[in-house]
Amino acid sequence: MTSDVHPRTDGRGTSAADPPADRPRTRASGSTNAGTVRRSDTPSQPDVSADPAARAPAQRAGHDLRAEGLSLAYEARQVIADLDLHLPRAAITAIVGANGCGKSTLLRGLARLLRPTGGGVLLDGRSISTLPARELARTIGILPQGPQAPEGITVAELVRRGRYPHRSWFQPWDRSDDAAVAEALTATGIVDLAGRRVDELSGGQRQRVWIAMALAQEPDVLLLDEPTTFLDVTHQLEILDLLLELNRERGATVVMVLHDLNLAARYADHLVVMRAGAVHATGRPDQVLTEEIIAEAFGLRARVVPDPVSGGPLVVPIGRFHTTPPDHDLPH
Amino acid sequence: MTSTPALAPSHGTRAESANAVRRIVGELARRRRRRTFAVLSVLSGLVLALAWLTLSWGGNAAAVLDYAATLTGGGEGIGDFRIGTLRLPRLLLGALVGASFGIAGALFQSVLGNPLASPDVLGVNGGGSFAAAFAIIALGLTGPVVGLAAFLGASAVATAIYLLAWRGGVAGYRFVLIGVGIAFAINAGIGYLLTRSAENDVRSALVWMVGSIGTPRWEQVAILAAIVGALLPLVVAVRRRLLVLQLGDDLAGGLGARVEPARLTVLTVAVALAAGATAFAGPVAFVAFVSAPIARRLLPGATPAISASALVGVLVVLGAEFAGQHFLPGLEVPVGIITGAVGAPYLLWLLATGDAQERSA
Repeated sequence: MTSDVHPRTDGRGTSAADPPADRPRTRASGSTNAGTVRRSDTPSQPDVSADPAARAPAQRAGHDLRAEGLSLAYEARQVIADLDLHLPRAAITAIVGANGCGKSTLLRGLARLLRPTGGGVLLDGRSISTLPARELARTIGILPQGPQAPEGITVAELVRRGRYPHRSWFQPWDRSDDAAVAEALTATGIVDLAGRRVDELSGGQRQRVWIAMALAQEPDVLLLDEPTTFLDVTHQLEILDLLLELNRERGATVVMVLHDLNLAARYADHLVVMRAGAVHATGRPDQVLTEEIIAEAFGLRARVVPDPVSGGPLVVPIGRFHTTPPDHDLPH
Repeated sequence: MTSTPALAPSHGTRAESANAVRRIVGELARRRRRRTFAVLSVLSGLVLALAWLTLSWGGNAAAVLDYAATLTGGGEGIGDFRIGTLRLPRLLLGALVGASFGIAGALFQSVLGNPLASPDVLGVNGGGSFAAAFAIIALGLTGPVVGLAAFLGASAVATAIYLLAWRGGVAGYRFVLIGVGIAFAINAGIGYLLTRSAENDVRSALVWMVGSIGTPRWEQVAILAAIVGALLPLVVAVRRRLLVLQLGDDLAGGLGARVEPARLTVLTVAVALAAGATAFAGPVAFVAFVSAPIARRLLPGATPAISASALVGVLVVLGAEFAGQHFLPGLEVPVGIITGAVGAPYLLWLLATGDAQERSA
């Protein structure tokens, strides 16, 4: 690519010319891909050994994002209190938890959309509240839940707006912006839709458009709040595959709130289970998604079996009316 | 990128296809710019045509040309009074008022993300009316002070709506609901003032309730021109931020906009424009409300359509003035009555057809 100001371009240029053949298309089973998964039992412990950036030559170290003693509140209602969390760099982290446990609030706090009432969020060791807004936006992008497109906006026009933090009064639109928009449209597979109105598109296409906008922003850390909600299962997988690809090819750190535990287990390198405004458990999906933790975090009885596709954990929930094999002990 | 068909460019190397996509993106942007330019050109042409008609109506073409000649040092002075003193200041004030309301409406609707959000619907203009009526009826004031009262009244109401809507930030719908409520309260207040007043006062106060250009003096035109001229650079400056504010607070914040200060700036500029126009012409109904929706319909995409809204605003006011002067029997009708009578059904039609278009899409 050309005059792009972003340092990531070097890496991207390499991968663009010659995609590495050994790049994982889907996650290998939990036992064989231990090297690609960051092991993190204690969230605040810095990780140097199993940096996922080592997975592919094109990837860089990425940015280090952590919350320290973070407290977030809406007006008087405290949602998150004194939370410590480290997000592994250049990895996919999924945040899961019951409704109302503070997942979205945490995500908004990480993107500085909420001012902390205590503690803070550190990006590469610097508090994000001291960073200029546009500088922060060039590093961290956020796609909120159910964004609304302005009426009548076209796909290309919406994606262009992602360039806001790169432009200013003194830096008018230039070739690097066109290149970033083109790149974002290509990466999300929506070049053919560029001239269409966003409100004419299907839900899955629309979600791609929003992700393209976030990509045009060229953040190194992408936060997504339930990016697959309201999509049918095919499109859910399509979006998650896309995010996986962004992570594996560009080394983008992806942090997403997901409801579907099985998709979270399948796609995330690192899982954060939240309960009542606090981090309940973190770590590799196969470490974290146990019947016990699920019962504690969701109040849900479930069996966890090996996923026949990925080999990772597969959560099979149990309702009130379906029995389980008598030989199986269930946590309560 | 190569192994997933949905994500892969269909042919060529990656570099070639990147260039191709960039060309597509550039071409789409160019097409949008060309369409915007064409729309603005046509609107400007219509404004000029309407201005010519307004000035020259009733066999005054020669007088207009003569007056134009005096401006460059020639002419015989035929047009001095009829054109230079009566028609031209009126035309210019009408144009300034239309442009101000048009821009104010476009800014309000874009920043609050609500087609109902415009200074006339939300009681900002009404605040100007009330203050002017109060100055005339209760304080017995006349002259330019009344215009000043209108400006302050409109600004005060806007400030009140903002403060009442504030809850750690101002959500669009809360602003709109509170504004609509305040508009009703103001109407009640104006009604109360009218019942307490002498008949003479009512007559002069009435102008401030329906909106009228009247026969302005050149000083008035100059003052409003100065206000609008001072605000226009600010309008240009806020436009970029408006584009991301349109995406909603979280996305705008995530893109690096400082949402609340940006919104306050946009609203302040819009209120100053609406209050300025109200101070000279009263709350000309529906101009701010209808101009931006019409302009946005003409333009491609989803821009705030500021320039086009200004031009549409000028057309609406000049057109209503023209109709009020020449096409209605009996006495001349104030411009606000025409815009109110024409504007309301036109907006309903716009909403109805817009909905139909969306359903068929």
